[in-house]
Amino acid sequence: MKNFLDRFVPEGFKPFEGSGAYKNKKRKLIKEKATSQGFKTLKSVADMFDKLGISDGMTLSFHHHLRNGDFVLNMVAEEIKRRNLKNIKLAPSSIFPNNKILVELIEKGNVTDIYTDYVNGPVAEAISRGKLKGMCVMHTHGGRPMAIESGDLHIDVAILAVPAVDKCGNGSGVEGSGACGSLGYAESDLKYADKVVFVTDTLIDKAENAQLDGKYVDYVLKVDAIGDPNGIVSGTTKITKDPVGLKIARNTVKLLEEIGLIKDGLSMQTGAGGTSLAVAHYVRSRMIEKGIKGSFASGGITGYFTDMLDEGLLNELYDVQCFDLKAVQSISRNKNHHAISGSRYANAFDDNIVDKLDFVILGATEIDLNFNVNVTTDSHGMLMGGSGGHSDTAHGAKVTVITTNLVKSRLPIIKEKVTTVTTPGEDVDVVVTERGIAINPRRTDLLEKVKNSRLPIVTIEELLETAHSITGLPDKLVLSDKPVGVVVYRDGTVIDTIYKVK
Amino acid sequence: MKRGIAGSLESNDALITVKESDTLNITIKSIVYDFFHEQIEKVIRDTLAELGIKKIDVTCEDKGALDYTIKARLTVAIARMTEEK
Repeated sequence: MKNFLDRFVPEGFKPFEGSGAYKNKKRKLIKEKATSQGFKTLKSVADMFDKLGISDGMTLSFHHHLRNGDFVLNMVAEEIKRRNLKNIKLAPSSIFPNNKILVELIEKGNVTDIYTDYVNGPVAEAISRGKLKGMCVMHTHGGRPMAIESGDLHIDVAILAVPAVDKCGNGSGVEGSGACGSLGYAESDLKYADKVVFVTDTLIDKAENAQLDGKYVDYVLKVDAIGDPNGIVSGTTKITKDPVGLKIARNTVKLLEEIGLIKDGLSMQTGAGGTSLAVAHYVRSRMIEKGIKGSFASGGITGYFTDMLDEGLLNELYDVQCFDLKAVQSISRNKNHHAISGSRYANAFDDNIVDKLDFVILGATEIDLNFNVNVTTDSHGMLMGGSGGHSDTAHGAKVTVITTNLVKSRLPIIKEKVTTVTTPGEDVDVVVTERGIAINPRRTDLLEKVKNSRLPIVTIEELLETAHSITGLPDKLVLSDKPVGVVVYRDGTVIDTIYKVK
Repeated sequence: MKRGIAGSLESNDALITVKESDTLNITIKSIVYDFFHEQIEKVIRDTLAELGIKKIDVTCEDKGALDYTIKARLTVAIARMTEEK
């Protein structure tokens, strides 16, 4: 079956029908899990498997707030391996290079299906090579909570790393040696999994403003360490020094200004990449020069945004995930820096934050002539990422801007067709490169606003030609026809298929 | 046997190694092999033709270099090989 974008949809999945199709659907909510009458304590990971009866075919979920420093998913993987359990389904909100132990479990059939929002490193490569018996289902950060709360993604046991747990079982992300700030991606798992285990290395008397409500917690396991603080948050996230990235950022802010988005009350989101942070930096400078104040910033939060909050340039931060130490410190002391759930952040059926965004600055691995964006695979079709919040914010924000170099290591970023569609072109408005700015022809309103602009406004076709004039015409790559995964749009439909790499 | 090296394994560059040979051998390893190996081979052949070289061993380890970079690296590698005593 083909979907709305003429992409193949494997059997058993619903086809994507457009980014606004969810508006005709109703929110589906299963019953929240039973509340526990006080949690029980576990002695070890093995004890957890025994007490909870973790066995063949079960679905176990995790969050990725400890990122590349996480120990908890790996501890559980070790125990699956030791017991040689079969057909386990894993649903971590993301998978990083430090989870490489999963490769062995995938090869031996211990783990047969994976549900995640982002996967990078050896596990991504193993999936692309066709090692996974079942499918890799790639959700978005907003689609995952939707899948969980609707029962589409049923979780037997949520095993959640929690930096500090108090006597009532409440979980906090801001205390303990594994402090990572917001625990937003764990909230749906907490409420809707059959059973919930908190894994922590820090027990405290009372957690102030605990993000995770202890009433849902069945078991608590204390371990020596839930993660390596160095991998959990980067010490600092920095603005790019690359002159090309800086030029792209400056032109992005000039464009935002010309289309009237640098205004009192603005709301914004940028990623934590060097160019995105440079955009945030230039926006901040313009706000100070113009004497204006913004309403909020959202998403993964960095020190640049906490500084803007402290300076009074932003009224509020809605934080689903802290990217650096400054953000972790800020969320524990500043009452206008709110920890929010993945659902509140980006679930299409929730009263979400992304729908209130004026603009979002995003990256891309590939963009095509229809403005479709790929951040899931590289140009060889190799899995190396995933939407995260890409397609959620692109849909929600009034203006979605992609900032990217036109060419990266000889590969043109603009393609006739992207290898994999992550975010549909109908939600992508502007592409800013060092060689010109292309505006989606659907946005006649934006084109009208820049018609007398001195900015280098070109068509996306011109960007493609310019790229080819630099790199030469690339040969066409033929993908295999064996699906290894699907890209699930935020409404649960399949927007594209991921194929085995030869 | 004389040889010459130029370039690097940095992104957007290529490391080119040339050796004296009785035949023409061109070996290409590239991160963009699937998309550009014919063009990389063509720029190597064209550069060799310009320099009037028919027999040589060329190894190109490419990290996404553009044609002019490959040409420059190859030319310098050959010059270094020729200078070697």
